[in-house]
Amino acid sequence: MLEQVEQTRIKVQTSFWKAMWAVVWKDLAAERRSREMLSAMLTFSLLVVIIFNFSLDLNPSIQREVTGGLLWVTFTFAGTLGLNRSMAIEKDRGCLDGLLLAPVDRSAVYFGKVIGNLIFMFVVEVIVLPIFSIFYNVNLFNWGLLAVIFLGSIGYVVVGTLFSTMTVQTRSRDMLLPIITFPVVFPLIVAAARATTFILQGQPMDLIWPSINLMIAFDAIYAAGAYLLFDFVVEE
Amino acid sequence: MEPRPVALKVLDWLSVILLLIASYLTLFWAPTEAVMGNVQRVFYFHVAAGWVGMIGFLLAVFSGIMYLIKSDMKWDIIGLAGIEVGLVFSLINIVTGAIWARPIWNTWWTWDPRLVTATVMELVYVAYLMLRQGIEDPERRARFGAIYAILGFVSVPLSFLSIRIWRTIHPVVIGSNDPGAEGTFDMTADMQTAFFFSLFTFTVFGVALLWHRIRIGRLQDKVERKKMELMS
Repeated sequence: MLEQVEQTRIKVQTSFWKAMWAVVWKDLAAERRSREMLSAMLTFSLLVVIIFNFSLDLNPSIQREVTGGLLWVTFTFAGTLGLNRSMAIEKDRGCLDGLLLAPVDRSAVYFGKVIGNLIFMFVVEVIVLPIFSIFYNVNLFNWGLLAVIFLGSIGYVVVGTLFSTMTVQTRSRDMLLPIITFPVVFPLIVAAARATTFILQGQPMDLIWPSINLMIAFDAIYAAGAYLLFDFVVEE
Repeated sequence: MEPRPVALKVLDWLSVILLLIASYLTLFWAPTEAVMGNVQRVFYFHVAAGWVGMIGFLLAVFSGIMYLIKSDMKWDIIGLAGIEVGLVFSLINIVTGAIWARPIWNTWWTWDPRLVTATVMELVYVAYLMLRQGIEDPERRARFGAIYAILGFVSVPLSFLSIRIWRTIHPVVIGSNDPGAEGTFDMTADMQTAFFFSLFTFTVFGVALLWHRIRIGRLQDKVERKKMELMS
């Protein structure tokens, strides 16, 4: 009897990949219709770029040294907006409970959300990069730089998605996400900003590799950690 | 109200006596360092406080893992105690460090890997307390706290590595020094006595505070349970 139940359960259970892509697709479809998240993230990024320029009174020689840092501050702040929103919609309309009730592996839900958030992050970055290039007069189209942005965004979203699942279940919600995320992603952002600056300055690769290795290590450690701990975050 | 256990009372008095002796040893008895002068005396409590802070945070990580495995509230209370005590002692560590750095490095603060890592660690655990404050359900608060204590601690060594590109100027008195370290010195035998005595004192003091905090946590838990019983 038990074996039979077990067998039907296995049949009913959707495969990990299918479930994960279903979550991604759902997020993309919702965003395509509402365009809430991307428009907010983009406008916010633009505002940050402009405010930085005037508040720091950048002249060309300083610009070259600080662009990497500015770029990452912009991405981190814009990312927080997106992460908060992405989880808030799940919680507000009770979607999260629905997702968790689905007979799928819960980490599929988590990685689905991660990929969805990552896609939004990349879209914002793809649009902000050329704007940065124009405003700050630097060429940001460089394969090394794209790799750094790729690695940095992965680590940031992996941690941010896990923590936003936690903060939507708290009282202070949006306020809490940056507070608990920033100290943890600190090493990643430092490494990413440093690698970006070095690449823009045209420094040799052996100066850049330590930062890239650190980012790879960060991504791997936190992806594994989140995979292990996500079940505890959504447990009821 | 349960009376304080005898062992805890003993530990309290022992901490007071040890702290008095340690203050005498470090402030008067230990020889004055030739180059830095009296300000070097900060070192004894600086290292001891950092050590107790680290023990508190490690205890919290361990309790976090234990809580996730056993789901026993006991571990949450221990973990919270570890973090609160750890926070206070690391703050003492950072502040005494700044007091020493003013005359020796000529600045209160510098963006040195050791200093930044210590501060980021402090912020991780301040964030931990804020996260807990936002959650009413005790079981969920314990669960999220455990997860955050573990993931936050992992970031500490990575933070150190991420800024390690600059040579550290922070001296290492025990073990090998970075060639760029400023303000280092060799301990004489008397200094070592004072140093190890402070380390011991702070450890006893830290354990006493931990015990108190765990006891308060237990009582709080008990009160909450009684309230629930009354309301239901």
